Amino acid sequence: MKFARLTLSLIAVGLLAACSSAPKTDADQAGAAVEERSSGASTSGIDNSRVVPVDAGSASGTGIAALKDPKSILSKRSVLFDYDSYVIKSEYQALIEAHAKFLLANPKMKMLIQGNTDERGSREYNLALGQKRADAVKKALSLLGVPEAQLESVSLGEEKPSCGESTESCWAANRRGDMLYSGEF
Amino acid sequence: MNERILTVLRSAVPGCALVLASAAAQAQLAIEITGAGANRMPVAVAAFEGENALPRAVTDIIRADLERSGLFKMVELGPSPMGANAPVDYGRIRSRGADAVAVGTVSPGGGGRYQVQVQLHDSQKQVSLGGQAMTMAPNQYRATGHRIADFIYEKLTGEPGVFSTRIAYVLKVGSRYELQIADADGSNAQTALASKEPIISPAWSPDGTRLAYVSFESKKPVVYVHSLATGQRNVAANFKGSNSAPAWAPDGRRLAVVLTKDGQSQLYSVNADGSGVQRLASSAGIDTEPSWSIDGMIYFTSDRGGSPQIYRVSAGGGTAERVTFEGSYNVSPRPSPDGKSLVYVSRNGGRFQITMLDLASRQTQILTDTSKDESPSFAPNGRMILYATETGGRGVLAAVSADGRVKQRLSVQSGDVREPAWGPQPRN
Repeated sequence: MKFARLTLSLIAVGLLAACSSAPKTDADQAGAAVEERSSGASTSGIDNSRVVPVDAGSASGTGIAALKDPKSILSKRSVLFDYDSYVIKSEYQALIEAHAKFLLANPKMKMLIQGNTDERGSREYNLALGQKRADAVKKALSLLGVPEAQLESVSLGEEKPSCGESTESCWAANRRGDMLYSGEF
Repeated sequence: MNERILTVLRSAVPGCALVLASAAAQAQLAIEITGAGANRMPVAVAAFEGENALPRAVTDIIRADLERSGLFKMVELGPSPMGANAPVDYGRIRSRGADAVAVGTVSPGGGGRYQVQVQLHDSQKQVSLGGQAMTMAPNQYRATGHRIADFIYEKLTGEPGVFSTRIAYVLKVGSRYELQIADADGSNAQTALASKEPIISPAWSPDGTRLAYVSFESKKPVVYVHSLATGQRNVAANFKGSNSAPAWAPDGRRLAVVLTKDGQSQLYSVNADGSGVQRLASSAGIDTEPSWSIDGMIYFTSDRGGSPQIYRVSAGGGTAERVTFEGSYNVSPRPSPDGKSLVYVSRNGGRFQITMLDLASRQTQILTDTSKDESPSFAPNGRMILYATETGGRGVLAAVSADGRVKQRLSVQSGDVREPAWGPQPRN
């Protein structure tokens, strides 16, 4: 009895594997961007060969490694917004300045700013509201001299919440702009 | 477990698409009536002569379709078949309480195919209302059942049926998203696109062969046009910034889209292949959610006046005219197929609800009693509106009739369903 079951399973798997004509598109195989690309330090098979890149010409602590260093302000990437608001609060001024400085010192680095909203209301209207948040962050950076060519602002609307419940604190966490650097998108 | 494998094997013979459908059986949409029409017409569908030769009785499909429409009360006549050409005992039918009865015959038609003949009778007037004849392959019992249900529906209501249409929707299970297409009764779900990133705003081309949608697979919203039969797709809009809200023009050649390439979200049109981008309207606020009407107007959401409201503008350009004036949040406009009414989502005391506006009388009516409604989509006969909502914390689809009386819920066993789009009448 068990053998018959196993055989049936194998046949089924074989049939499924042989089905290549079904027109299902897989975004992961269609040449779309891979979710994660590593940047920064690389490791080889030999121990103690880790290399930490240093950006010549920048002050220490502002190199590319700082983007991922939890002790560096540059590893902080999110600007939170009040409900129905697209104004960058003063508490984020230092963060914006640090990222502007980094972009100016590293003209080959690009930034993608993704704006987000909480879940209430129409998805497409929320996409447009998220765009306003991303645009506010982009504008703040460009006012500090970062060239337009290094910046792109887009929206994820309500689609990628960092917090999944229908509570005030989750909604607040989702009203944000996130800053991503080349290699992270 | 054995039974499921056997189902896969049995379905593997006709083609690979069915194998996928069986494998996706757990994600099958289940549709239940949660509210019926006030005066349902009692009708009977007799067992058809010879339908036992088919893998499944075609009358099962017909009865389920008519029942699900919420307009008919099915009357049972018992297992005895009633052939298409046999005389009907109208008195017996009336005594069972049915105002109409469908009878039929399924007979071998050569080459492994079957001939189906149907007659519909009015038991009160004691006349035949007409008949239909068609041929089918044995595994086409679903399509044939839907076609006959459409015929009965049209004879009894005067409106075309939508039982042969398909719906598209997005299924989210964990962190996987699938754009699926199913028959209007939830059967035969097939996946057109699988992704680790969100998919929103699917839109059927008028000829039903393509879907436009927004995919976030590139970490930003991009509009694609996707051919269902081949799985081939092209980018229709990927400008700097966000690209979203595709809506097909009635001629199926152009799409209205929302782009932020020039600043805030604004309306543009673009050819299906991505060429020929043109501005459709301008404002100092957000313009989004365009939707074409049969009369050449484009309805859209705009907060140019301070709060999101519905406006319309001619596709050929001109001044936009405001359409909604009650409340502070009116979004997601969809004109009816005949252009005489508009459904949209209004926020009432924190509740987001599907609302109907009669464009001539300007009367509005809230159609639902749910409170997280979004993405309304008209059936091509204008009679039902499919939309997304939440029940028990899970995303489900629901449908409501244009007069608010008939209600259905469409759910899957696991995962959330959202972003529905009702497909057009098939062109046979």
